Amino acid sequence: MSRKGNNPLGRIVRAGVSRKRVQTLVMTLTTMTAVTASVLASGLLVDSQGPYQRAFAAEHGAHLSVDVSGTAVDAGQLAATAHVAGVTGTAGPYPTLTLHPRVAPGNRFMPAGDPMEATTVVGRPIDGPLDDLHVTEGHWLTGPGQIVLPDGHSPMAIGDRMVVPDAPGHPVLTVVGLAASVTGTADGWVAPQEIPALTPPGTVPDEQMLYRFAHADSQAEVAADRAAVAAVLPAGATLGSTSYLDAEQEADRNSATFVPFLVAFGALGLFMSLLVIGVVVSGAVTAGRRRIGILKAIGFSPAQVVRAYLGQALIPATTGAVLGVVLGNLLSIPVMGIADKALRSVTLGIPFWLDLAVPLVTLAAVTGAALVPARRAGGLRTVEALAVGRTEQAGRFGRSAHSRASRLPLPRWATLGLALPFGRPARSAITMAAVLLGTVGVTFGVGLALSLNQVAQGLSHDRPGAVQVLPFPPLGSGVKARLVNAADLDAAGSAIAAQPGTAGSVEITTARTAVAGKPGQTQVIGYRGDSGWASMQIVSGRWFAAPGEAVAPKAFLSAYDVHVGDTVTLSENGRSAPVKLVGEVLSVDNELLTDAGSLTPLALPLVPDSVTFAIELKPGTDPDAYISSLTHALAPYGLSAIPSGGNINITVLAMDSLATILTLMLVTVAGLGVLNTVLLDTRERVHDLGVLKSLGLKPRQTVGMVLASVSVTGLVAGAVGVPIGILLQRTVLPAMAGAAGTEVPGADLDVFHAPLLLALLAGGLVLATLGALAPATWAARARTATALRTE
Amino acid sequence: MSAPIIEIRDVSKTYDASDAARPALADFSLEVAAGEALAVLGPSGSGKSTLLNLIAGLDRPDRGVVRIAGTPVHELGEAALAGYRRERIGMVFQFFNLLDDLTVEDNVLIPAQLAGTGRVEARERANELLTRLGIARFARAYPGTLSGGQRQRVAVARALMNNPPLLLADEPTGALDSESAAEVRELLGALVAEGRTLVLVTHDTGLAAQCATRIIELVDGRLARDVRNTPLAVAR
Ligand SMILES: Nc1ncnc2c1ncn2[C@@H]1O[C@H](COP(=O)(O)OP(=O)(O)OP(=O)(O)O)[C@@H](O)[C@H]1O
Ligand SMILES: [Mg+2]
Repeated sequence: MSRKGNNPLGRIVRAGVSRKRVQTLVMTLTTMTAVTASVLASGLLVDSQGPYQRAFAAEHGAHLSVDVSGTAVDAGQLAATAHVAGVTGTAGPYPTLTLHPRVAPGNRFMPAGDPMEATTVVGRPIDGPLDDLHVTEGHWLTGPGQIVLPDGHSPMAIGDRMVVPDAPGHPVLTVVGLAASVTGTADGWVAPQEIPALTPPGTVPDEQMLYRFAHADSQAEVAADRAAVAAVLPAGATLGSTSYLDAEQEADRNSATFVPFLVAFGALGLFMSLLVIGVVVSGAVTAGRRRIGILKAIGFSPAQVVRAYLGQALIPATTGAVLGVVLGNLLSIPVMGIADKALRSVTLGIPFWLDLAVPLVTLAAVTGAALVPARRAGGLRTVEALAVGRTEQAGRFGRSAHSRASRLPLPRWATLGLALPFGRPARSAITMAAVLLGTVGVTFGVGLALSLNQVAQGLSHDRPGAVQVLPFPPLGSGVKARLVNAADLDAAGSAIAAQPGTAGSVEITTARTAVAGKPGQTQVIGYRGDSGWASMQIVSGRWFAAPGEAVAPKAFLSAYDVHVGDTVTLSENGRSAPVKLVGEVLSVDNELLTDAGSLTPLALPLVPDSVTFAIELKPGTDPDAYISSLTHALAPYGLSAIPSGGNINITVLAMDSLATILTLMLVTVAGLGVLNTVLLDTRERVHDLGVLKSLGLKPRQTVGMVLASVSVTGLVAGAVGVPIGILLQRTVLPAMAGAAGTEVPGADLDVFHAPLLLALLAGGLVLATLGALAPATWAARARTATALRTE
Repeated sequence: MSAPIIEIRDVSKTYDASDAARPALADFSLEVAAGEALAVLGPSGSGKSTLLNLIAGLDRPDRGVVRIAGTPVHELGEAALAGYRRERIGMVFQFFNLLDDLTVEDNVLIPAQLAGTGRVEARERANELLTRLGIARFARAYPGTLSGGQRQRVAVARALMNNPPLLLADEPTGALDSESAAEVRELLGALVAEGRTLVLVTHDTGLAAQCATRIIELVDGRLARDVRNTPLAVAR
């Protein structure tokens, strides 16, 4: 038919797009936000599907890492393990040492001299035949005195330094890089030639061997493989081993935790975008009635009208979709970086097919949302559309709303405003739904963040109190590191109790022991002294109060299939100790917590490294003064005091940042929806407004009238949206916790206290007001003459 | 005399089912020959606009036949009506009905573009019309910046763009001050003098007297008067 550039349809569409700036902007921003959020959420969803298995394959993960005593075996014996039946690959031997480093001066966050956790370092190259390391920040080892730490699982940053006080000359290691190991085979990596310098005099480094097996799908298969390897080595040579299944379980748990919350946000965002796009396009149709009439009067066919209105929706939507893909990919770098650390995955970024699929699906949805009003436009009766002077009257609904509102004891401008939404019930309802979803999103997002932080705080109760005492002497005290014995601990306990400022203290020992009738060993934490103040957060039941009682987190209860009220029997070398479970505590670890007295019958050997003290201070005590004084008092026993630092939980951090971004996006889209609706309403009523203003309505009253018109929307959205948001939080959070293998204490769900609730309830109103403010001001400023002249 | 270009037979039109007592048009019949300039007078609400809308195919009769230049308009579907309007009808409204977001020239071009006229040819015709109607200097302006009389001339130019056999005007001077109204009157008179077929709905008896070759009057949807007239424009 007509040639390019001579197409009236194109011209009409272009004119509609470029002259209806606000509508076009709202459509573009809405689509952009929806696509950004969807790209992020679905990218993470895809990334959280088996991230571990993917990374394991990509990085040649090892099924098992075995630590072997360096004095008991020689290289030949280790090499021979490669030929054990079922072994399909080996790497190593790599020399390995467990260091007890201290923070060296000049670190950004950690005070110099603080003891760090025991750090198992391995001397190895970056690429082995197995367990390739993947540098995520900084670089790999390039010279002496350098160390690379596992990303996301270490307290130090690049440039930080640690000192190794046990080795001759107190060598210093500088962190030059962070790397990911898919199997989690070490707490740090150094060059093999660095190991001798780090070895305390009189000891020999152990050796680490990495294995891949033909069959390693279950704990039992891995155990059998381990036994087969151990069998060809001298008895007692195998010191310990780490199965990839632990890392896999942790990673799977973390990724499963993300899914419920991503799905909730994704669904909210999608619904809301569709609503807003629907309201924008149908608003454009209503506002364009006369224009549609003209188009048809001069010969546009209904199909051409439909196409014109679809085009007006699709041009900004396409722009928005493209921008959204770009923004989503940009945002994904920091967001997915954090998430990937939590997932122990390799940053894969947004898969390319998602960059195509998300905008296509969004545009299809936009087309669907736009098709309904566009077809209505096509079918609009020409005469009615053209009827002038017969401006569309408010329906019966609107008229009765006006007469009812006018009876309210409010200024006339307010009652006029209050009745406005009823003139267009459908549009008002959709806008209300958008604000409602926005309110749901904010309530959910705030509740999620608060609960997560509460849970994280609850989880950090495994380090109770303000001060911690660790079994290492203070740096520079001149005291030589030595193994702490039972007498030291008793003396230290008395010294702590005698220290002014001590409100309570408890000695905490970690041991491993068997549970009667079950394979393997479990971690048991024994508390000596009054531990009531150091209680972890209780999910159900109570904290133990006497020897013979114990509490455990969900992971333990489900692993051993026991319940609160049951008795578990711990056993060690034929001795046994029954303990009664009196409560469930909040923790994601698989462990049993009990009074140290419960463990006495087992006669467990003291593992000096594993003993710590937790101390609570009396109110008003200066922690710094307390710590320096206590450290002085404890120095003779080879112990030192440090403040109990809160752990940053990487998973909580990842979720917090995601929740913030997604909530902000929901609010933006909802606000845009309101903006658009009020703008359309105001445009439509520009003539009425002109009449009112000619009758003496002041600009401020005009603003008030328009704001009053959205107040109902905002209040109802708040009243309905907040309960739904709370319900969502109460559904999604336990689902996330369930995936993480824990239960959420009711206290951590009850985060909506009265002032917060009031703020959230008012949130809908604020959101609606913000969206309406610009058009309201515009309405107030519009010159009366212009308004009256508008046909 | 040639075959009638407008042939309306026994047409009835009622808008509201509940308003059944008062049809907008009742058993209405009318024939108009090519070259006639028909002025439709009548009190407000007598059915003048309804009649015009039926002729334009903007609305459908409840009963009866509307045949324009041989086309049974009352039988056409929506898409066919669009084609019919674009090729046979040029319409001028009381309130101009220009597209405010297109320039004057683009407004005038639309009918030709819809009809698939070549770009060069369409622009030539638009320029010619705009020049003839004295509004060529507003070609790039937007309708919102024009006076009422100027806007109505743009509307007339748009109506004439495809050189339709039938020109319809619904109170073209109704929204204009007397000076602008005079301009439009003159313009329509000139078109009639060219022999163009025109149906003109108006309250303005002066306009009717100046332009029409025939004047009818509607009362309550019925034909109350039908007289010949010698248009002043032609006489002069
Ligand atoms: N879209 C409509 N819906 C309902 N009733 C209508 C509609 N259009 C016209 N009417 C009614 O039909 C009758 C005829 O109206 P019409 O517009 O044809 O009158 P008119 O002669 O053009 O009047 P005016 O001189 O005021 O323009 C009137 O009673 C009017 O109220
Ligand atoms: Mg009329």
